[in-house]
Amino acid sequence: MGSSPNPESRQLLRFPPSMYAVPSSKMSPTLVKALAVPRVKLRGSKVSKYLDVVFRNSLLLCSLSIVAVMVLFFYELTSRSKLSIAKFGFSFFTGSNWDPVAGDFGAMPFIYGTLVSSLAGLVLAVPLAVGVAIFVTELCPRFLRSIVSFTVELLAAIPSVIYGLWGIFVLAPILREYVQPWLSKYLGWTGFFEGPAYGVGMLAAGIILAIMIIPIVASITREVLVAVPRSQREAVLALGATRWEMVRMAVLRNARVGILGGIILGLGRAIGETMAVTMLIGNRPEIAKSLFAPGYTMASVIANEFSEATDDLYLSALVEIGLVLLIVTVIVNICARLLVWSITRGNSARSNA
Amino acid sequence: MPSISRPLSLWRRFVNFCFVVLSALAAIVVLAPLAAIFGYLVYKGIGSLNWEFITNTPRPVGETGGGMANAIVGSVMILGIGSIIGLPLGIGAGIYMAEFGRGRFVNLVRFTADVLNGVPSIVVGIAVYALVVLRQQHFSALSGGVALGIMMIPTIARTTEEMLLMVPNTIREAALGLGIPQWRTTLQVTLRTAYKGVITGAMLAFARVAGETAPLLFTAFGNQFWNLNPNQPTAALPIQIFAYAVSPFDEWHRQAWAGALILIVLIVVAVSAVRVVTSRGTMEHNA
Amino acid sequence: MGVGIEVKDLNAWFGKAQVLNEINIKVAPNAVTAVIGPSGCGKSTFVRCLNRLHETVPDARVKGSVQVGDIDVYGTNTDAVDVRRRIGMVFQKPNPFPTMSIYDNVAAGLRLNGYNKRPELDQIVEDALRSAALWDEVKDVLRKKSGSSLSGGQQQRLCIARALAVQPELLLMDEPASALDPISTGKIEELIFQLKTQYTVVIVTHNMQQAARVADTTGFFLLGRLIEYDKTEKIFTTPSDKRTEDYITGRFG
Ligand SMILES: Nc1ncnc2c1ncn2[C@@H]1O[C@H](COP(=O)(O)OP(=O)(O)O)[C@@H](O)[C@H]1O
Ligand SMILES: [Mg+2]
Repeated sequence: MGSSPNPESRQLLRFPPSMYAVPSSKMSPTLVKALAVPRVKLRGSKVSKYLDVVFRNSLLLCSLSIVAVMVLFFYELTSRSKLSIAKFGFSFFTGSNWDPVAGDFGAMPFIYGTLVSSLAGLVLAVPLAVGVAIFVTELCPRFLRSIVSFTVELLAAIPSVIYGLWGIFVLAPILREYVQPWLSKYLGWTGFFEGPAYGVGMLAAGIILAIMIIPIVASITREVLVAVPRSQREAVLALGATRWEMVRMAVLRNARVGILGGIILGLGRAIGETMAVTMLIGNRPEIAKSLFAPGYTMASVIANEFSEATDDLYLSALVEIGLVLLIVTVIVNICARLLVWSITRGNSARSNA
Repeated sequence: MPSISRPLSLWRRFVNFCFVVLSALAAIVVLAPLAAIFGYLVYKGIGSLNWEFITNTPRPVGETGGGMANAIVGSVMILGIGSIIGLPLGIGAGIYMAEFGRGRFVNLVRFTADVLNGVPSIVVGIAVYALVVLRQQHFSALSGGVALGIMMIPTIARTTEEMLLMVPNTIREAALGLGIPQWRTTLQVTLRTAYKGVITGAMLAFARVAGETAPLLFTAFGNQFWNLNPNQPTAALPIQIFAYAVSPFDEWHRQAWAGALILIVLIVVAVSAVRVVTSRGTMEHNA
Repeated sequence: MGVGIEVKDLNAWFGKAQVLNEINIKVAPNAVTAVIGPSGCGKSTFVRCLNRLHETVPDARVKGSVQVGDIDVYGTNTDAVDVRRRIGMVFQKPNPFPTMSIYDNVAAGLRLNGYNKRPELDQIVEDALRSAALWDEVKDVLRKKSGSSLSGGQQQRLCIARALAVQPELLLMDEPASALDPISTGKIEELIFQLKTQYTVVIVTHNMQQAARVADTTGFFLLGRLIEYDKTEKIFTTPSDKRTEDYITGRFG
């Protein structure tokens, strides 16, 4: 190639700016400088080749750290819960007695509390989150769109401990004074809303969880709704559908797998949520049908008792609960990610088919 | 054949109307708690916020006054350590996924990052307790930083990857074709083009872990006094808020609100800054 | 039975950009009308204004009047949903519902309108599929296969059947064959020829041979204006406008 000096090479860029894919104002100085030199093939020196290898391998190490963290988590939690696994085996999950003094540990009340509070949260959150997502993508005027989504983003940014604080001093009193009396009067017969109204309890935990998982369910739902191609919406509209029918037939039908993924992701969040729940659920290892009753979750028993656990078996039992939590959330997240990935990636492929 | 040219039924109009009303209602119901939380936080927090609060350490039970100065500084220290761990690892992993991102291994990393993102913070807390605290034999700011750093990695890695993937390939090819070595191309050309997005991801990860309490409970642990030694138990704003909130003392409740206000202001400023930076970025792209 | 169309002073915008300019056109019942013109001249926008689909695009706007049979499309008391139900549309890219079976795809429009009685519905679905020349190919897998499992040409005929099932008074087709192979294209053209006995058809095409083959009348659009509108024969043999002639003879576009 041209080793003969080219007069144009004196200019900063060798070709008119329009010939580059990127405006020169956006190019980094390095690229501009590089483009400015006459195009002589610079044979990679040994040093730079060596640096390339170092560079690539250190990045590889960074990536490996992610996998390593995951593996280490599993390894540490498994090895530190060996004592409890060996002693209780499967009865750890069925036993409902949690007695650190007697050294008897059954995790049933925590599993129950985690499931019930998470499900209560989901039941409250899903319609609202899907509703907001539909409102933002299908109905809302443009100027409102960014306001609503920014608000939902902010909701996700509030720390758990602040939700808990607000729950203790605002939500729980409201529940105790107004909501619970009303619920027990009209729905008490179902058995889910009876007993003394403390304010704190399963119901309070469920409500705070709902508020906390709405952002994630809503944002994933929005993502999959947006991924439904416009041609599907127009196909339904052209048949003479109302907006609701369009959403039901073209949007929700095509997006339901992805929405399910979002819901499962929300479930994963709810299961592992710690501080707000710890502050609101009442922290009593009991299994009660009524949502007014206090309960306990896997995450909150760890938060409350971990630093008090002095003997090895007690600690080991708490770590085993952590291990269960890890396994459950990993499974839940794998399912959810696979669902969401299949919809946001497979969609374009499918509509091309 | 039946004729279907009859007017749109009232029922269909009604259902459609309900749909519109209900989704708008859902939006309002979701916005309500946010307004309630912020309103109450500002109302309660402003009243308790004063100079003493941000310059003093906590007073013993029963005495009024005192503040969370040590917790604020402790939080900064723990977050600093977390960023030192999380930023390079996260950005490095993100670059690797974006620039060498083919094949099974990278898919595994990507997937693991997403799953790690969903691991409950309390689990991160006990895992780091087992990994660091038990080995060190004591609580420390360092272990708290490790926990937060680990939590930052997946978010930063995935946003970095996404941002780098948006850089057109022509830029890389232009640089590589000119004989610039790969590492300089990536760091000085590709990463530089996408730096705004990368910063955004880092800020979001930072804002997310800034309020984390659960991973610090058994790592940084908390401290009623000043401590600047990263090897000692250290106070953090979220732990202090938690401890005060569940205490039975009114004075501490007031301080919990004040601490919460400081925390939320920090986070909202970070998130809004990100919003401003990114929206400006996209506008430039459109222009 | 097909209906006539009368368009008066139709203008359309995307945001601030005007893409249709004072369109006036009159189409006879039971005729096939082709809309031709270079890409981007507003053909799609024109047909999408006829069934009020244009206004569903954010920031899009329409002004003017359109009469389709006895429907005043942009009348103050006219419901857009009603208009769209009575005017069928087939799009450039086949867009069957991927999550529905073939049967459900065709029945979708009827079900929207509350037709759920099985024997009747079966009959209409069969008729629609026969009209779209797809019945013989799919009659054994009606409920087993999804709409998206068919070949491209079959998918497009499925979309035609879906549009026909609601018995529209007017059928709009936006380049229905542009994404298809020659054999499928031939089938669709044949189909349009037969549909003429029962429907009024407006078909957008960038393929002039196709317009010449299927259309009774042809309108030529350029830069958002209707340049010439006449019998197809006349347009393709002795156009009265120089720009039409240039386009027909391939001198631009
Ligand atoms: N969604 C849209 N937003 C903005 N402008 C559009 C949109 N769709 C089409 N246009 C513009 O409107 C003009 C007419 O488009 P169209 O009716 O699709 O043309 P044709 O079908 O003749 O190719 C074109 O200039 C096109 O760029
Ligand atoms: Mg078109």
